[in-house]
Amino acid sequence: MSKTINLTLKVWRQEGPEKKGRLETYPAKEISTDMSFLEMIDVINDRLTLDGKEPIAFDHDCREGICGMCGAVVNGHAHGPEKGTTLCQLHMRHFSDGDTIVVEPWRARAFKVIKDLVVDRSAFDEIIRAGGYISANTGGAPDGNAIPIPKEVADTAMDAAACIGCGACVAACPNASAMLFVGAKVSHLGLLPQGRPEAARRVQSMVDRMDELGFGNCTNEAECEAACPKEISITNIARLNREFLKAKLFSPHS
Amino acid sequence: MNWVVNALKAAIGKKLMMAVTGLAFCGFLTVHLIGNLTLYGGRDLFNSYAEHLHSLGPLVTVFELVLLALAIVHVLVGLTLFYENWRARPVRYCMNKWAGGRTIGSATMPYTGLILLAFVILHLMNFHFVDKTGRTIFEIVAGAFAQPWYVAVYVVAVIAGAIHVSHGFWSAFQTVGASHPKYMPLIRGVGILFSLIVGIGFGAIPIYVYVAVT
Ligand code: SF4
Ligand code: FES
Repeated sequence: MSKTINLTLKVWRQEGPEKKGRLETYPAKEISTDMSFLEMIDVINDRLTLDGKEPIAFDHDCREGICGMCGAVVNGHAHGPEKGTTLCQLHMRHFSDGDTIVVEPWRARAFKVIKDLVVDRSAFDEIIRAGGYISANTGGAPDGNAIPIPKEVADTAMDAAACIGCGACVAACPNASAMLFVGAKVSHLGLLPQGRPEAARRVQSMVDRMDELGFGNCTNEAECEAACPKEISITNIARLNREFLKAKLFSPHS
Repeated sequence: MNWVVNALKAAIGKKLMMAVTGLAFCGFLTVHLIGNLTLYGGRDLFNSYAEHLHSLGPLVTVFELVLLALAIVHVLVGLTLFYENWRARPVRYCMNKWAGGRTIGSATMPYTGLILLAFVILHLMNFHFVDKTGRTIFEIVAGAFAQPWYVAVYVVAVIAGAIHVSHGFWSAFQTVGASHPKYMPLIRGVGILFSLIVGIGFGAIPIYVYVAVT
């Protein structure tokens, strides 16, 4: 049985990157507990539109927790208070009748607010461009299983590859550091034999780019790991540190 | 040598400097605490410990200079990180919550660090850059800790130190990349234990001296 709840929303509204923003209060009446958080905002937006007001801008795409487009800070928690959940997969049954919910965009110098809850995460694309890939020449497809990879290694790489690039780690980090994201990418590529040839170059250029883009410095607060919808572990940050140190000490290209 | 500068300038390089100097201080704290335990043996044992230590002559000076260099790096890099991290989020959240990763230690690192810096300066003025003619070190220590407010300042500073170490210890291992599912829980445990030892070990000394001399 679906039930409905009444909430008060306080949403960050900001017309443009250079404009001054503020929290606006909206009543959210008769919200079905079966809705996702984004569907709830859809309902509010329909009502705002009917009233002739500007709807709340927010990012989303798949709405099934796999694309990494959605995200906002809900009551001080990136993607809301549920563990391992993207905002689109956060359901309203986790809220109680009468709750006040504060919704803010990701906050970081490297993620500029474009409008309301939409932030510019192209800084992540820049980091990927700096080394988040492997260069493979085209040619005949290699034989399957030609390169043996132990199951544990494949699993660890796969866990790191689960990162959807949503940016919640940066949003949740008290220092607005991007180390979990970079750690996940460096791990998922660097753990596999296909990623090794470029590993030393990759880690150095990705870290350099991350620094240039104005992300903060990791102080091992571990808030990223707790907020990450894909529960990417901070052991990936340790691996990033290790790869960086190794590259600086032993790679001729540093 | 350009590569060294580049490495140390990077975010991870700065972390590494904090980790290595911090771990060195953990080592120093251990030695310092063991030495200070001689206070419980009374006046003669403590004075003889101090005498033996100072009979090492130039070795002590070298040791002090190394500590000073480590401290300068730790403080300057720490302040840089504090400033850069503050700058990395120009607009703050209206609502702040901990997601579950932070601890009192991790959340207060810069502040406990600054308390420690102030304390170390005070501590050196109390017992190091002090006129030692005609008085033994035991008398100086006993004289200082006969005053209750000195005891209070020292206890507060030691608690700040213990909180600082509770995050710093495991954090240093994480930073140098020494993370392994088999050993990380142990490292975390040892970190907490070490911070308790530091807190209780150093914190009890002024209280003990106060009780013993008054
Ligand atoms: S590490 Fe987690 S929080 Fe960060 S971008 Fe990837 S999925 Fe999002
Ligand atoms: S909309 Fe795709 S992950 Fe939420």
